[in-house]
Amino acid sequence: MDFGFGLSPSSAVTLDRVDLSLYRKLEELNPDIRTCIACGSCSATCMAAEYSGMSVRKLILNIQRGADVSKMLSCCMLCGKCTMVCPRGINTRKVILDCCRYFK
Amino acid sequence: MRERIASGFDPFVLPFLVGMAFVLLYCFFGALRVLWQLPREDRRRFLLSLFIPATAWKNVKDIFLNCLLHVKLWKRNPVLGYMHSSIAFGWFMLIVLGHLEVYLFVPSRLHLFYYPIFFNYFVAGADMSLQGAFLFFLMDLFLLVVLSGITLAIIKRIRSDIFGMRRTTRASLVDTVGMYALWSIFPLRLLAEGFTAGISGGSFLIKPLNWLLEVVFGTEFLQNGANMLPTWWAYSIALFVFMVVLPFSRYMHIPAEMMLIPMRNAGLRIRHPRRGFALMEVYSCPGCGVCIDACPMSVKKGNLKDCTVYLNRQIRRGNEKRIEEISDKCLLCGKCTEVCQVGVEGPALRIAQRSRKEYGLSPDYAAVDVGRLSAAVADSPEVLYFAGCMTQLTPSISRSVCSVLDKAGVKYRWMDRTEGLCCGRPMLQAGRFAQAKEMVRRNTAIIKSSGAKVLLLSCPICYKMFKEHYKLEGIEVVHHSVYFDRLRTTGKITLTKGDLCYAYHDPCELGRGCKVYDEPRNLVGTAAYIVEAGVSREASICCGGSLGSISLSFEAREAMTRNALDNLCKGHPDAIATACPLCLSTFSRYSEIPVRDIAEVVDASCQG
Repeated sequence: MDFGFGLSPSSAVTLDRVDLSLYRKLEELNPDIRTCIACGSCSATCMAAEYSGMSVRKLILNIQRGADVSKMLSCCMLCGKCTMVCPRGINTRKVILDCCRYFK
Repeated sequence: MRERIASGFDPFVLPFLVGMAFVLLYCFFGALRVLWQLPREDRRRFLLSLFIPATAWKNVKDIFLNCLLHVKLWKRNPVLGYMHSSIAFGWFMLIVLGHLEVYLFVPSRLHLFYYPIFFNYFVAGADMSLQGAFLFFLMDLFLLVVLSGITLAIIKRIRSDIFGMRRTTRASLVDTVGMYALWSIFPLRLLAEGFTAGISGGSFLIKPLNWLLEVVFGTEFLQNGANMLPTWWAYSIALFVFMVVLPFSRYMHIPAEMMLIPMRNAGLRIRHPRRGFALMEVYSCPGCGVCIDACPMSVKKGNLKDCTVYLNRQIRRGNEKRIEEISDKCLLCGKCTEVCQVGVEGPALRIAQRSRKEYGLSPDYAAVDVGRLSAAVADSPEVLYFAGCMTQLTPSISRSVCSVLDKAGVKYRWMDRTEGLCCGRPMLQAGRFAQAKEMVRRNTAIIKSSGAKVLLLSCPICYKMFKEHYKLEGIEVVHHSVYFDRLRTTGKITLTKGDLCYAYHDPCELGRGCKVYDEPRNLVGTAAYIVEAGVSREASICCGGSLGSISLSFEAREAMTRNALDNLCKGHPDAIATACPLCLSTFSRYSEIPVRDIAEVVDASCQG
């Protein structure tokens, strides 16, 4: 509930109203994103984090919550460091490419 | 010598004529289509190149050596080389000599397309003169050569392992039809000429066959001209079947390669995955399947249908789903191109395929502050060091590089120590050219503003990208293995020989990609002992970690890495040396012996 008096915008997520079609598509193409343990290794190594706040951990989380990911993806260089460090072996580069591909 | 058939015609030549007309028209319009699909400047360049004497001579020479004599194949596998050149060159000589016979004996028939092919049927006593007997001898000789090639081809079909091929392609239906037609053409020709040899004359091959047939069928049977017709019909129909299926089978490579060679010599390259030059490469694929054994993904019988030969087949069939799957999976190591006799560029075809994908979201890098990054490298000394993304995950490499530079007294600035951009190659390999270009533009601005004269790189992926896609006038792009070897030869660093024995792994992008093979070996050879891997240099096996692949999972890559490691450990080395941070981290994951970068090896044995 937002009464309009807050200093920062509301971060409440109403999952009933969220459009999860992108997440469903990603999950179908990359079932391994379910195994993400949100350890943040990808965030720590990301080359683009400096410029656009990119992080695969956050990317997956935001898509699950229906939040916008276009800003963080705007500087991803597909360098593959996140894939190299992922302890779950998630093919993050494919997740990013699929996300860009099916983004509406 | 006289002509046996006054009209110079018999209905059995019709299947051959129809087949020949079909294949010629098909190839003519196919060539026109490819020409029309080429971008305007490429088309001009190609057509002009045909009139440059040096290029035209090279075209003729390459076509003769590669399409007829198969010289490249001879070098790789002499038995396969003999098999292919005996059929191609033998058949070519049969056609040329056939024309020569007609020209010498019945020049009035030279305008008839079929006369040289069925010469023996239409003449009588052609071997009476010395000239005729000699030509007949040559004809029999080349027929024997072709038949020996066909025999090898049949043996190869049953036991390809005898020829050193572990796996070959699964032939499609139309390929099988074409293959049986090709196999039957020459035995049928032998049989037909054997039936006629009593009348037309012959040499050491068809004359004895005629005697044999005489024993079986009786002299009277053979004297009757009508009795020899069925074999001539069969020969003509076999030619018809072969020529009708040719455009739809792998045998299309025969005419296609003759056009691919001049196009390549003109300097054309793939610009569109399904048009122009790419189409020419796809049709030039002979479907031999050499790339299957070469492909690092094919270990343990995995991904067998994802090799370049199958990509070409699916592109010809227009199977979009499979084309995308195959294109996305490939490691882009370039080994298939290295072993390909025709030089089909598997990786370039795949990258072009990837570039056709449409995206709902495209990075623009507007938020990257080039000014700040440029300020960080301003007034840099002569050497600018760009470690690259992968090196940042293997700090032992960058530490060693800096240590060696310090020992050699080289002044340098580390460009991406705290932050930086990717070189753009992974994005380029994913087929997103516009994004890669944006990165190239930004990096170029940063590097040019630094004032450095040498751009030193630790990662072969970056090295290839900077070498080929950046325009850095006045700045030398160099990989650390080459640079260190130069420091060694100029005496800036001295290496003491240790007692370890290394196997050197050629990274795909440095070896096949940039042709750097000797400098790293010189360094390892000076700093330690070196033992060659099972296969190395151009044949080196990809570590399996390549960023080229988009869809290969972490688990699927393990078998490839282990296979590459087995190959490296063939000579029982104490440790493995490589020159790529990605190979280093991939191998380190599964290797039982230590894996070191060339910089670490140099640093460990280096005095300033």
